[in-house]
Amino acid sequence: MMREQFRPDDHPNEQFILSTVVGSYPKPKWLDRVRERYEESEGFDEANWAEATDDASRLITHEHERAGLDVVVDGEMRRNEMVEYFAERIEGYEFNGPVKVWGHNYFDKPSVVEDVVYDDSWLVEEFEFTDDVAARPVKVPITGPYTLASWCFNESYDDDRALALDLADLVNEEIGKLVEAGARYIQIDEPALATTPDDHAIVGDCLDRIVAGLPEDVRIGLHVCYGDYSRIYPEILDFPIDEFDVELANGDYEQLDVFKEPEFDLDLALGVTDVHVAEVESVEAIEANIEKGLEIVPPERLTVSPDCGVKLLPREVAYGKMANMVEATRNVERKLDDGEIDARALREGATASADD
Amino acid sequence: MTEFVATTPGVFALPDWAKDRLGSLKGHQKEDLIDGEETGEIADAYDEARAEVADWQATAGLDRVVEGQLRWDDMLAHPLCVHDAVETRGIVRYYDNNNFYREPAVTGELTFDGDLADDLDHLAALDGVAASRQAVVPGPYSLSDLATDEFYGDQEEFLDAIAEFLTGEIRAFPDCETLFVLEPSLVTSPPEDGLDERASDAIDQVAGATDADVVCHTYWGALEEKVHAHLLDADIDAVGYDFVTNHEENLYNIKEYGTKDHIALGLADGQNTKVEDGETIAERIEWVTESVPAGGFETIYATTNTELFYLPVNKTKEQLAALAEGVALAGADGDEEVNA
Repeated sequence: MMREQFRPDDHPNEQFILSTVVGSYPKPKWLDRVRERYEESEGFDEANWAEATDDASRLITHEHERAGLDVVVDGEMRRNEMVEYFAERIEGYEFNGPVKVWGHNYFDKPSVVEDVVYDDSWLVEEFEFTDDVAARPVKVPITGPYTLASWCFNESYDDDRALALDLADLVNEEIGKLVEAGARYIQIDEPALATTPDDHAIVGDCLDRIVAGLPEDVRIGLHVCYGDYSRIYPEILDFPIDEFDVELANGDYEQLDVFKEPEFDLDLALGVTDVHVAEVESVEAIEANIEKGLEIVPPERLTVSPDCGVKLLPREVAYGKMANMVEATRNVERKLDDGEIDARALREGATASADD
Repeated sequence: MTEFVATTPGVFALPDWAKDRLGSLKGHQKEDLIDGEETGEIADAYDEARAEVADWQATAGLDRVVEGQLRWDDMLAHPLCVHDAVETRGIVRYYDNNNFYREPAVTGELTFDGDLADDLDHLAALDGVAASRQAVVPGPYSLSDLATDEFYGDQEEFLDAIAEFLTGEIRAFPDCETLFVLEPSLVTSPPEDGLDERASDAIDQVAGATDADVVCHTYWGALEEKVHAHLLDADIDAVGYDFVTNHEENLYNIKEYGTKDHIALGLADGQNTKVEDGETIAERIEWVTESVPAGGFETIYATTNTELFYLPVNKTKEQLAALAEGVALAGADGDEEVNA
């Protein structure tokens, strides 16, 4: 039932494979120009900035709906970066300047200089606005405590675990407010787990704190990307989450077998288009990728999305990938309905080959 | 009497203006990164940035000044990524950090390039750094660990080829006081039996290419005992130890196997904006010298444990100042003890 709440009223097929996105989307060029002027105080004040971000949020939410996604996001139009955005809103962080990620790509890596404290809400306004303009259900991606702890300079806590656990309490508080505002689908983004997979127990402990006290009908996903999954599987099956979201299109599903043994008993959100390739995959190619997911879980436990946030793609490519992804999803559902695709055989074939 | 030397393993962050300017001039995608052929405004920006970073070091009072390795878009993989016989592939993770570099795939013979020497010539052309110049190279083992071989076919041959290549590059260097050979992979993915000895031979060969004092600097933990023992067989002047990440095992290695007459101590955290003050650095130097039974090192290089590009500019400068101050305090304490 929890997942059925996201099935659109006019859904054309009996089967329902949930289609959504991971979160970020290319920002309209005019929004970047407004941000520059706003940040450099060139005639754009707080009210202008608020209006611009509202406009962008509405635009991208509707763009997601036009692509046909079942669950939408506003493309994170208000967020500059996945750690910075939150660190700016949490007491205890300070900023010292940009540091390199790769090449000439930098981020303002914050430092934790004292105990972190929850202040104003982080995402409630973003959710309320998006939910208001969206006709479809809205998912809220939120950077997880382990990543918030790992991708900062820790000056204050004894170790990253202690910091991550404190941050998990703040994430729990924020999610409580989001749920109060009506959010029913929360995605915790923990890309840092791929950097240091041996820390999966810390992520598990954080998730226990994050979900404490949440109502049953709130769907919790966990997004991880570009890692060696044999190092965190099957441990992730013990996490208190409903859905595990993973990129595999980029690696051409080389790691798919990792999730076959032992049996994957969560819902699977599978990346079915590659966000590092600036060409739109064909509907047929994406259908084949969706069938990879059916080797792991039955259709009623499969979610499909791009591998990761699509913000670095040209906007028309990002849109094309989503539109083709939705078309492919509906095709696969129809083929399942018609018996053209036998989901059980796909899964059992997978089990058989894993046993070989 | 011990000489105290404040230095760094190099690989600095660009000054913030250079981050912006070079980002605009070169672009932000994989194919926009350095290829060793840059000219005009891009080369000028690097020259200006290099002079500024040399000035940071001189102003802080460091005893060795590095070129800064500001062109190393791919960090320690740089010398291969700009080589004609190497193709750069996908963006891959740089050790266990949230940093990425282009994976270099060696597809032909690694002949002499001269890229590293060119940068050092630019440093040598700056005023006032003649007596304090320090060169920095990736160690042969780490460089082979960061790359993919599609030409030599065998791990040991590949390692030997990289050592040979680095040897040629170093021979073209202008005169330097010190050469830091950075070998984090010796710690993070230690060579197995047999290869550990070859890794030490490769480092020995690289060290033999220069008259400068050679420090083989290791970080992100402590060397396995056997790898450490083999490393001591190489004809280098000093081993560098990361006392920030793992002081206990590094101290154990030194006590158990001894070390060279000179030593480099990674005492300040190159990956944290929490900057210890000079007194703390001096105390850490004292702690090591008092903990090591033989003591009495001829030279103690005090450095950050890692490269410096992880830090924002303001904290980089603070870190340099703290190192210089710590070394000055340690030197003064040493003098007092001698006089007493």
